Formats: sequence, structure tokens, C-alpha cells
Amino acid sequence: MIKDEDIVVVEEPQLSAAERWYIPQIADGMLVTLRHLFKKKLTVHYPEQKRDLVVGNYRGVHRLNRDDQGRVACVACFMCATACPVNCIHIEADEAPWPDREKYPAKFEIDELRCIFCGMCEEACPVDAIELTPVHDLISLSREQMIFDKEKLLEMYDQTKNLKPRKNPQITGYPATGDRREGKPADNEETAA
Amino acid sequence: MIVEWVQGQAQLVFSCLLALVVVGVMLLGVAYSILAERWIAAWVQDRRGPNRAGFFRLFGSFHFWGLGQPIADGGKFFLKEDIIPDNVDKPLFILGPATIFIVALVGFAVIPWGGQVQIGDALLNVQVANPDIGLLYVLGVGSLGVYGVVLGGYASNNKYSFFGGIRATAQMLSYEIPMGLAILVVVLATGQLRLEEIVLSQMGDGDVWNVVRHPLACFLLVVTLFAETSRTPFDMPEAEQELVGGFHTEYSSMKFALFFLAEYAHMITGSAFLMVLFFGGWHIPFVPGLQPGDTAWWAMLLKMLVMAGKIALMMVFYIWVRWTLPRLRFDQLMRLAWKGLVPLGLGLIAFALGMLYIGKPQAWVWTLVGNVVILATMLGITALIPSRVTGRQYDMPELPPRTSAPASIGGP
Repeated sequence: MIKDEDIVVVEEPQLSAAERWYIPQIADGMLVTLRHLFKKKLTVHYPEQKRDLVVGNYRGVHRLNRDDQGRVACVACFMCATACPVNCIHIEADEAPWPDREKYPAKFEIDELRCIFCGMCEEACPVDAIELTPVHDLISLSREQMIFDKEKLLEMYDQTKNLKPRKNPQITGYPATGDRREGKPADNEETAA
Repeated sequence: MIVEWVQGQAQLVFSCLLALVVVGVMLLGVAYSILAERWIAAWVQDRRGPNRAGFFRLFGSFHFWGLGQPIADGGKFFLKEDIIPDNVDKPLFILGPATIFIVALVGFAVIPWGGQVQIGDALLNVQVANPDIGLLYVLGVGSLGVYGVVLGGYASNNKYSFFGGIRATAQMLSYEIPMGLAILVVVLATGQLRLEEIVLSQMGDGDVWNVVRHPLACFLLVVTLFAETSRTPFDMPEAEQELVGGFHTEYSSMKFALFFLAEYAHMITGSAFLMVLFFGGWHIPFVPGLQPGDTAWWAMLLKMLVMAGKIALMMVFYIWVRWTLPRLRFDQLMRLAWKGLVPLGLGLIAFALGMLYIGKPQAWVWTLVGNVVILATMLGITALIPSRVTGRQYDMPELPPRTSAPASIGGP
């Protein structure tokens, strides 16, 4: 039930003389559109010209970062795959061939068609290995091509590392459990001492 | 013998050739008006508009600013599926777009394109036909334009299409009257119904274009031309927010394209008509080659170019207005016609008759003064009569005051 005090009576606006003569108001409007006719256009010739994306945190296609030796930075911890709300990340881990980490991704696939570009994987990654790039023109001829594997994601890093440098300093020399490195005390013993 | 007969009929042969040329140029002009419409729409909205479609990459990656767009559009329309719904009145459904397009094209027959031309020893009119009643012909054919709209709306067996057709009828009926009055002013002043003679009457010694003599009549004709061609702000028959697509909702493929093209053909005819009546047709003062005495072939071409240029300017104005003004509501449309334009037209007629009575129908200084007086009177009257935005007039009974629940707001 609408109460009387809630009702606002709106008076009809009265037209001014200029508005009742139509013509001055029409001329006014025509001038506005005339100015826009010759104004600088807001749109660009897209495939030839591209707009600079000013946002550094644009969420486009993913990339897998490389460390300073060119190896994949990912340690196959599955944090991103767990965080992903649409389950588009598929990782198969294997024992790392390098002494400074335990695991590395033998397979790392992202289904870009399934991805919703929410950036949760980037948030979840403990070593800043997975990042989203400003690349947004994602095209292919088939669904299979849209499943990006590890090589393609690393290539994406090579393409975009100048456009968007890797944000945080790389974390290397992770404290490894067990005696993987010959003739060296484990890192956790050093920190304990 | 046939050769001799043809030589005797030089005007007939010339007219036939001209008709072919005019129809061809006209169809091209219609196609490119649509491109211009899209360009100007884009520019007004700070976009770039269609600038991609070129000519099959014949010239590398240069795409001619999108000039191939009309060809692409036409091809698209031809290749689309042509649907005739089950419940339509089939003969009329097919007749509708045909009627509107033919009617839009035949109006061109009496437009004078370039004065007279000397070919051999024959002096020929650069005009497809030059009947005594040229002006009445244009008016009659122009009014038939609504016929196709009504047929299309009626035959569609769809209430929204039908509404579109009905609106078109009411609108045309209302705006024919001020249009007729505006034209009558010119007829009274020049005493001519031949369009070529009306053009010539604007370029004698001491003569000026009719727009200087009768600016208010010119204004009246411009406004009514917008209504006659159903252009914004008078595009009631196809008000898409209210009527889905208006009278052409049920049409597809080339039948729809005919409606679409006919709108632009109508606009071009209307523009040509306006230029002939008020802007001196093919004439520009003091420019050599554009005077009535110039009958060389190159002068004819120059005159045709000038005429085409004037029509193009008017088309740009049409489009510019479309992307500026919002649509009038139906009651506002009627109010403008019957309370604004018709009284103005009647005043102009009375004034023109007065000028005729004192024997100076063409004295442009005096007609100009008279026009200013009429304009001031009209503005004074409108300034004194207050009006409301919603169109509810002061002589209507007051609505009951809104004091309680909305259920009581039902009108008087």
C-alpha cells in the first residue's frame, strides 16, 4: 500500500518560448551534431591500428613465465588448477630435471575457450609463473587449437615479455626437502642455523 | 523513311536516352545515399563508419574508403531468403514494394535537368517530359507514394504493420495540405505549372531565387517533405520502438530492399522538386555556362552537375536532421501540422494573393518584408499561448488531483 506522504506530485514542465517555436532548439541540436561531424573520431582502424591498452592488469591470454635460465618457472603445485572456477587448467607433474626444485609440469594445458579470464590462477600462483597478458585477439580455426599447451604458453611469454615484463622478482633456490643437491647442506638446515 | 521520322522526333529520342541515363544515375545515387547515411550517422556519433568494402582487392589493400559497400549490401539482399508468410494477402504483398518503388522513380520524369541544349539544328529540352501540368504531376505521383506503404502494411496481415500503414496514411493526409499551400504560393507568384518555366522565372533580370522571395513557403515545403518521405522526425510509419519494424516488418530479402531504396528515391525526388521550386534548379547567379542562353552540350552537362550537387546537399541535410532530432509523438505530429503549418500556409496564401492583387507578385523586396511580418505574427501568437509538454491542452478538463493510491489516476 502506497502511503499518501510517499506520493510526489511532479508538475508538468512548461515549455519556454524558444522551445515552443521549435526552430531555435532544432538549430541548437543541429549545431551539436555538426560539431561532432568534424570531431576527432574515437574509434580506430582496428586491424591496422590498435589501441594501446593503458591497463597493466588487463586480463587476456595466459602465459607461462620463464626464469632467468629460460626454464619454465612453474613448479607444478596445482594451486592454479585448484583455484580455477571453471577447471580449464590441466597439469601433469613430473620430477624436475633440475636440482633447485622438486617438480615441474610435464604437461600444462589451458583450454582458452573454457577460461573465463577471471585471473584467479594468477592470484593463486606462489611463484608468479602463470600470468595474464594484454593479448585479447584470440582466434583459431578449431577448438583443438584453442587448447594452449606448455610450449604455446611459454611462447606467449616470449611474445609479451617486452610488452608486460614479469612483475615480481623470480623466486629461485626453493628450499628442497631431502638431499637432492650433492655436497650441499639442505636449505632448511641453513635457515635453522 | 524511319531515319527521317527519327530526325523529326529528336526530342522523343533525346527524352528516351535521358530517361535511361536518369534512372541509372538515380539508382546509383540511391545506393550511395545509403552509404552516405551510414557515414554521417557514424561521424555524428564520433565513429568512422563503413570504410572497408573495396573492389575485390583489385588495387591491393586500398579499399576506396568503403565505396564498395553499396554493392556488397545489394548482393547481400539478393542472396537472402525471400520469405512470403502463409497468412498474407499474396498479390498485394508482392504489389506493395513494386508500387512504392515505381512511384518513387516516375516522379523524375518532369524534373528539368539542364535547361535546353542545341544538337544539330534542334533545340531540345533537357527533361524527359515537359507537360503543362508538370507541378500537378509531381504532386499526384508523390502522393501515390503512400499507396505502397499502405498496401504493404495491409497485406502483411500483422497488426503492427497495419498500424504503420494507417499512421502513414494519416500523416500523408495531414502534410499534403501545408505542402500544397506552400507550392500554391509559388504557383500564384509565377503563374506557371511547368517546372521549366518556374526555373526560368527565378533567373531573369532582377529576379532572385524563390527562396529569397518566399522563405517561409520554402521552410514549409522542407518540413512537409520530411513528413512526405517519412524521415525522422516524422518517421511514424516505421517507429521501430513501437511497431517492431512498421509497415515492412514481414518483408525480407529484395522486397524489403525495395522499400528501403524507395525511401531514398523519394528523398531524391523531393530534393529535386525543392531545388526546382525554390533554389533555381540548375542555375547559379552570375556563373557563365549556367545561364538560360547557354545551350552548348558542355553547358548542359555543367547544369546537370549543378543540379545533382544541389540535390546532394539537400540529401546531406536530410541525413543530418535524421541523426539530430528525436521522433515526434503522433499527437505532436498532428498538432504541428494542423495548428502550426496549416495556419502558416494559409497566411502565406493570403499574402501571395494580396501581392497578386496589387500586381507585383514577383517584387522580392516586398514579399520578403511580408514574410518577416507573417513570421513575427506567428511567433507572437505562439509565445502568447502557453502549451504543455505532454500535449494535454488547457481546454481539456483537469485531471483529478493525485492524492491517494495510483488506482485513482485514470483520467477524467
